[in-house]
Amino acid sequence: MSARLGRAALWTAGVLVAAWLVAPTLVVIPLGFTDKVSLTFPPTGWSTRWYANFFGDPAWTAALANSLLVGVLVAVVATAIGTAAAFGLTRWTNGRGSAAASVLLLAPMIVPGIILAIGIYAVFLKLGLAGTLVGFVAAHTVLAMPFVVVSVTASLRTFDVRLETAAASLGAGRWATFRQVTLPLIMPGVVSGALFAFVTSFDEVVVSLFIQSPTLVTLPVQMYSSVTRETDPTLAAAATMILVLTTVLVGGGLTLAARRNRAR
Amino acid sequence: MPVDPPEGAALPAGKGARIDLSGMTKRYGGAVAVDDVTLTVEPGEFMTFLGPSGSGKTTTLNMIAGFTDITSGTLRIDDRPVGAVPAHKRDIGVVFQHYALFPHMTVAQNVAFPLRQRRVPRAERDRLVAAALETVQLPGHASRYPRELSGGQQQRVALARAIVFSPRVLLMDEPLGALDRKLREFLQLEIKRIHREVGSTFVFVTHDQEEALVLSDRIAVFNNARIEQVGTARDLYERPATLFVARFLGESTVLRGTATPDGSRSRLDLDGFAVRASGGVRSGPAALVVRPERLRLEADESDAGGGGNAIPVTVVEEIYLGAARKLEVLLPGGARGLVREQAGTSSDLRVGDRARLCWHPDDCVLLPDDPTTERILT
Amino acid sequence: MAALLSPLSPSGPAAAATPAEKGGGSRGRARNRPFLLIVPALLVLLAVFAYPVAQTFVSAFTTPSPGTGNFAWFFGSPANVAVLTRTFSTALWATVICLCLAYPYAYLMTVASPRARATLLLIVMLPFWTSLMVRTFAWLVLLQDTGLVNGFLGLLGLGPVSLVRTQTGVLIGMVQILMPFMVLPLYSVMSGIDRRLLTAAQSLGARPLVALLRVFVPLSLPGVAAGATMVFITSLGFYVTPALLGSPSEALISQFMYTQVSGMLMWGRGGAMAVVLFAATLLLIGLLGLAMRAGRRGKAGAR
Ligand SMILES: Nc1ncnc2c1ncn2[C@@H]1O[C@H](COP(=O)(O)OP(=O)(O)O)[C@@H](O)[C@H]1O
Ligand SMILES: [Mg+2]
Repeated sequence: MSARLGRAALWTAGVLVAAWLVAPTLVVIPLGFTDKVSLTFPPTGWSTRWYANFFGDPAWTAALANSLLVGVLVAVVATAIGTAAAFGLTRWTNGRGSAAASVLLLAPMIVPGIILAIGIYAVFLKLGLAGTLVGFVAAHTVLAMPFVVVSVTASLRTFDVRLETAAASLGAGRWATFRQVTLPLIMPGVVSGALFAFVTSFDEVVVSLFIQSPTLVTLPVQMYSSVTRETDPTLAAAATMILVLTTVLVGGGLTLAARRNRAR
Repeated sequence: MPVDPPEGAALPAGKGARIDLSGMTKRYGGAVAVDDVTLTVEPGEFMTFLGPSGSGKTTTLNMIAGFTDITSGTLRIDDRPVGAVPAHKRDIGVVFQHYALFPHMTVAQNVAFPLRQRRVPRAERDRLVAAALETVQLPGHASRYPRELSGGQQQRVALARAIVFSPRVLLMDEPLGALDRKLREFLQLEIKRIHREVGSTFVFVTHDQEEALVLSDRIAVFNNARIEQVGTARDLYERPATLFVARFLGESTVLRGTATPDGSRSRLDLDGFAVRASGGVRSGPAALVVRPERLRLEADESDAGGGGNAIPVTVVEEIYLGAARKLEVLLPGGARGLVREQAGTSSDLRVGDRARLCWHPDDCVLLPDDPTTERILT
Repeated sequence: MAALLSPLSPSGPAAAATPAEKGGGSRGRARNRPFLLIVPALLVLLAVFAYPVAQTFVSAFTTPSPGTGNFAWFFGSPANVAVLTRTFSTALWATVICLCLAYPYAYLMTVASPRARATLLLIVMLPFWTSLMVRTFAWLVLLQDTGLVNGFLGLLGLGPVSLVRTQTGVLIGMVQILMPFMVLPLYSVMSGIDRRLLTAAQSLGARPLVALLRVFVPLSLPGVAAGATMVFITSLGFYVTPALLGSPSEALISQFMYTQVSGMLMWGRGGAMAVVLFAATLLLIGLLGLAMRAGRRGKAGAR
């Protein structure tokens, strides 16, 4: 009897916590479709005017375009560099060296964002990179790379290296082996790494707040400054779109990761 | 990056290469994995590396394939030194115990892989793939994926992939080790047939002596990073060069004692009695090896006289084998002997009976004693 | 943090060791060739991570003039020290609340069916991957004086409570974002505990709850320590949530750093605070390491 009671209490607590993790964020979806100017929840009438507002306002559309551009570039750069690094880490036989390198590669994940932001801001100001596309891509690449390294390393760990030996015996050189054997087999890890890299860049706020310029603002930065100025439901429309996009991408990444594990 | 067609790809198919290993040594830090191995494999020969696990067979094979660099010594294939040639340019086919099929490619794509690396035109490629699958008797499975095949079928695909580009050397590292006994025996015959058909030089690694006996033209017996003896199955069985070879291949009775020259023969003093052996006159600690079918048991305990050896023994164990039986006997001093009797010519001795163990001095070999074999084999 | 990612990418069984060293060209210096593949990543990290961070720390001692003036300034003003203590107390509260919510949640994950466990895991990972800005904005809407939460409280007859621009609001937002950092280490330790120990304790006469408290909870302590450290450290560096949900008059250290650097261009002061923040972080990681080692030694001694 008491065991059943305990179980019920446990499930109640779990479901409440789960609801608290998921539900609050979802309020932005109906709010984006409100017909009022205020952010009262629940909305009393519906319209798509805030989406029209979003796409009619060059500040928002430019921010969206910038975020997409930076995100794609970061995904490409971080995936290329991060995949190479993951390869190096798993193949480097010098245990101490590769342990040290992997600590450094994952370090951006534990250093408080504000410290990194101040440092990057100072360096970028000196180099004239603040507010530039190159600057954004470089800064976000550093933050996104650990995710690529982790994701690709995981798929390299389950990759049977002996297949590369077999390929060599069949006449394939290093590059041919990589292209035809290794890469196709670790592709799920690479793709999910790329998706996580994109999402990391697409969501990044703190560093972007520092290195933004009037000519280059990303979507989270635009949201941040709108929130601090006025709060109209355009924000909710923007938030909904970010939510949908990142959910789709992360969902895709997780599915790929799951498929990779099942393939074993 | 285009792949250079490996040298030798243009050579006519169906001819094996000669492999010369000379003083080949591999060290891992302080540990010696292969120690000064010298061996010639003749063109078209089926050579088997036989030895216990850890004796250096794989390492030697990997040095031939180019997967492992050679610490010292030279490796020649058809008189060309290839020690510095990378694996993908050696044009050697390799079959692995774990198949190593590419899981993202179909059977046909797997078999076509080496041809693609060699830029073989499409039509020719398809023809060769079909022929190779025919050779391993797997036609009709071309569009399956490896995971849809049984272990035996996967190993056939691996074999097809390794022979499709007509390499002049085919290396196989315990290719049947992961299969069950019946399938293994069947595939042994298949491999033998394929060897005859393709005519390449085969080097086959196994730790299973029966497999070695079935397949090989010659066998190199590995022990402790070295080759103990190279020869045909008959050489190794009837004239083992070392006690290790004698004990690793087939069964035998081993008697240890002290040898002294005795005319054209040798005399071996055992605990309380002496026997004689022909050939290999030696003195000092020695071990006498007799195969079970060379031993006879005679019920009559009286001395036989003449030139034969005869030792009084007690039968302690009988193993019935149908066409034959094996009797284990206890010698004075505690040594044990093993006798094999064919069904028709069997004595009627039973466990507990006393008898004489007899054999001709020409039917045994006297080898230098090597106490380390006890450790390795038991 | 790597633990945080593990559900996304559990490292499978390590591929069986290479039969020999790799590939065709394993001659001589080729053994270190894989290192070359790490070089681009290391260069990017050095240029855009290590150098900027080091530069920030150095500026604490050199800008505007060499010496420890920036630290003297920081620790000299009670208001600044109050920011620091507030940051630590907020982090502590966030950690405690996280632990209270995450412990039953992680425990539920260990006893749930595989499918329910996967769902629970997905839910807890969600805050990690949904945009920080979006989540913070959602809280802002919900917690405002005319928001849903206050409306609900009003129905219960509780007057409007100020939630936005208060520490309470900051904590609500932070804790939600920090949950994965607590749940995942807890879960990974709990799932390794042999549950037969609980049955054994009960067979010895302990009531289920007592068995849980005496046997399970002590064994889960390493997970508590790891999770608490992760949450505490991460919350020390939080910027967006306190800036949007908190009150400007009750700023945390990261907001203070932002104002000093972005607003007033006081690089040295920002650097000094970065040093303090980072030193606190390292100290905590070090202490945790010591505690873990002592714990392990204690356990080994008990055997
Ligand atoms: N990569 C390696 N590093 C260190 N020692 C090795 C390596 N590969 C093989 N060895 C050692 O070399 C010896 C021979 O191994 P191997 O050639 O695999 O034996 P076999 O194939 O006959 O079982 C063994 O003692 C093994 O431990
Ligand atoms: Mg081997």
